[in-house]
Amino acid sequence: MLDGMNRPLSILVWAVVSLLAATATAVIAVHRSEPINALWLVTAATCCYALGYRFYSKFIAARILAVDALRATPAERLENGRDFLVTNKWVVFGHHFAAIAGPGPLVGPVLAAQFGYLPGTLWVLAGAVFAGCVQDFVILLFSVRRDGKSLTEMAKEETGVVGGLVAYAAVIAILIILLAVIALVVVNALKDSPWGTFTIAMTIPIALLMGLYLRRIRPGKVLQVSGLGFLLVLLAIWGGQWISQHPAPAQVFTLSAQTLAISIIVYAFAASVVPVWLLLAPRDYLSTFVKLGTIGLLGIGIVAIHPTLHMPAFTRFVDGTGPVFAGKIFPFAFITIACGAISGFHSLISSGTTPKLVARETETRIVGYGAMMAESAVAVMAIIAACVLQPGVYFAINSPAGVVGQTAQAATATISNWGFPVTAADMQALAHAVGEQTLFNRTGGAPAFAVGMAHIFSQSLGGGTLMALWYHFAVMFEALFILTILDAGTRVARFMIQDALGHIYKPLGRTSWYPSIIFTSALIVAAWGYFLWQGVKDPLGGINSLWPLFGIANQLLATVALCVATTIIIKMHRAKYAAVTLIPLVWLVAVTFTASWHKILDPNPRVGFLAQARALASAPATSATARLIFNNHLDAAVTGLLLVMVALVLFESARQWIGVISGRQEARVKETPFVMTRLTEERA
Amino acid sequence: MTQIKEALRILISILREIFDEAAYSRFLQRNRISSSPAAYAEFWRERQIKPPKPRCC
Repeated sequence: MLDGMNRPLSILVWAVVSLLAATATAVIAVHRSEPINALWLVTAATCCYALGYRFYSKFIAARILAVDALRATPAERLENGRDFLVTNKWVVFGHHFAAIAGPGPLVGPVLAAQFGYLPGTLWVLAGAVFAGCVQDFVILLFSVRRDGKSLTEMAKEETGVVGGLVAYAAVIAILIILLAVIALVVVNALKDSPWGTFTIAMTIPIALLMGLYLRRIRPGKVLQVSGLGFLLVLLAIWGGQWISQHPAPAQVFTLSAQTLAISIIVYAFAASVVPVWLLLAPRDYLSTFVKLGTIGLLGIGIVAIHPTLHMPAFTRFVDGTGPVFAGKIFPFAFITIACGAISGFHSLISSGTTPKLVARETETRIVGYGAMMAESAVAVMAIIAACVLQPGVYFAINSPAGVVGQTAQAATATISNWGFPVTAADMQALAHAVGEQTLFNRTGGAPAFAVGMAHIFSQSLGGGTLMALWYHFAVMFEALFILTILDAGTRVARFMIQDALGHIYKPLGRTSWYPSIIFTSALIVAAWGYFLWQGVKDPLGGINSLWPLFGIANQLLATVALCVATTIIIKMHRAKYAAVTLIPLVWLVAVTFTASWHKILDPNPRVGFLAQARALASAPATSATARLIFNNHLDAAVTGLLLVMVALVLFESARQWIGVISGRQEARVKETPFVMTRLTEERA
Repeated sequence: MTQIKEALRILISILREIFDEAAYSRFLQRNRISSSPAAYAEFWRERQIKPPKPRCC
């Protein structure tokens, strides 16, 4: 819109936006003496995103990618009414955002808040503008120019077979670790919580009911049935309160972490095997309905309430001694926050359904770069939700008992000694206010986010009396999100495994052959279920070892995506601009390699897997010692494998770059030949 | 007023696309059939052979 302004006015407006961005960022970066208002974060984020979109993405689009409005996209050339379809750019934007926005930008920033509000905020802003949005944008455009090819296909064509194989292996590895980690987040949010467990359990019959309603009564009326499902979920939240207040039913729904883990594993296996329309699709609709509404509501709540952040800019835990997860600010803050800054997983969506819907090349800018900005804004909201809590409360919720002590008195004494005063009575009052028995040791990020979100909502809607309802609404919202990803992720991984196994034994590749469905579903559920079980049994809360592993795996995929992007840019004879993807790539390699090195070899048992195995071996043996030692060795091996994969894909890509730049290798990109668009302005 | 109407129209289009209502309408149009439980079952049979849309973390 501002592009159409006359030049002096445009310069004035952007000068004001730049000044606001600089002022707000300076305030959040420099202010130390007293708590700051959340609006400074909102202002800094809004202005940085606006500047990034207006100037940086425009520069990339014009100078590097040379996006061409006259070039027909695959949606136009291959339109079949199914996968390829010319679609309004805002519809594609919404579709893309709904696919990339998950629990990651909510959980990661909450965990990283242990370093203070500043590191996470700066990484989310700079990471998104210079890395995450760029990755999503360029991969989307390159996929559009290759008939909507996937990242693994592009990696194979542009960087060689090794790149393709690494991308494939990275996707499987990420899916397995991701599913384990997010399942652990749900387990930690629901353990010993009859209210939350009941509400989430009820979403299964609600989804089944929605599936049957859609199939038998009102075929295809999804929006209608999602609204109905949402009302039933609200009823389930209200019912959960009743359950939690009556001892007999409360006992039935008070489950230990182990029981919850088994239930989730069994559920995910069932969800992968039953027809999509019955459970997966209706749950996806319900989750999306709640997700879009809640994100919007949270945004409005933060702006309306503009709460004060009680967390300091930096905490003492930047030295690596943090209770939430161990490790120094570099590299662990950048591994912990992925989705809000840069996430390799997004490159799968940018090279999945989205490129098949884009009507014009020019629209990849708003869809790729713009949707990632919106995702990053969600991460800023999560930082605010975590940092409005008193730091003592935040650490009491997020610290495992193995670190702060087994009793409320021990935990509050430990946390208060760190300089974050909190009492057992404060925590008891808060637990009572949100309708829980206790909020101690609720690791994983989701409960802390839920308390923060309930705090913000209860100040604007309903006051303190509705705090418990808002808390369980937030828990339900996150758990619903996560269970949807478990359903879909298990099924996606199943299709990938079936595709690979089909090369060995053809019937295993048939996605409708039940023995193959059951075998591959069991395989994938067993793989992530193992890591989940490991996390549940971990005395340090599981998140300490599994979340960094997930972060490394996710950033590895981003490394592959940026390698592919850099290779294509160099082959397009735009080597002088390759820094646009090369600098984020170098940063990610530094982060990934350093984090992997620490996770494998750091002598601190809370950080290094091998050091922890050694510490366990030298401590008095228990029945779990042998298994814990094996788990640590397994985690070290997985991390090492990921590291080798990064090195391989980097080596292959660098070989291509040097070959092309030195003129020894022909710079030939595998783009679809240019075809002039026939779309009229109205249709596009 | 026109702009608000247009914004609402786009919002509904986005929701219809996200919630697969638009995909179902296109399926009905492509096969020249009207909505029914059997048509909806066929729509899902066609979709079931493909992996679901990935959802990010």
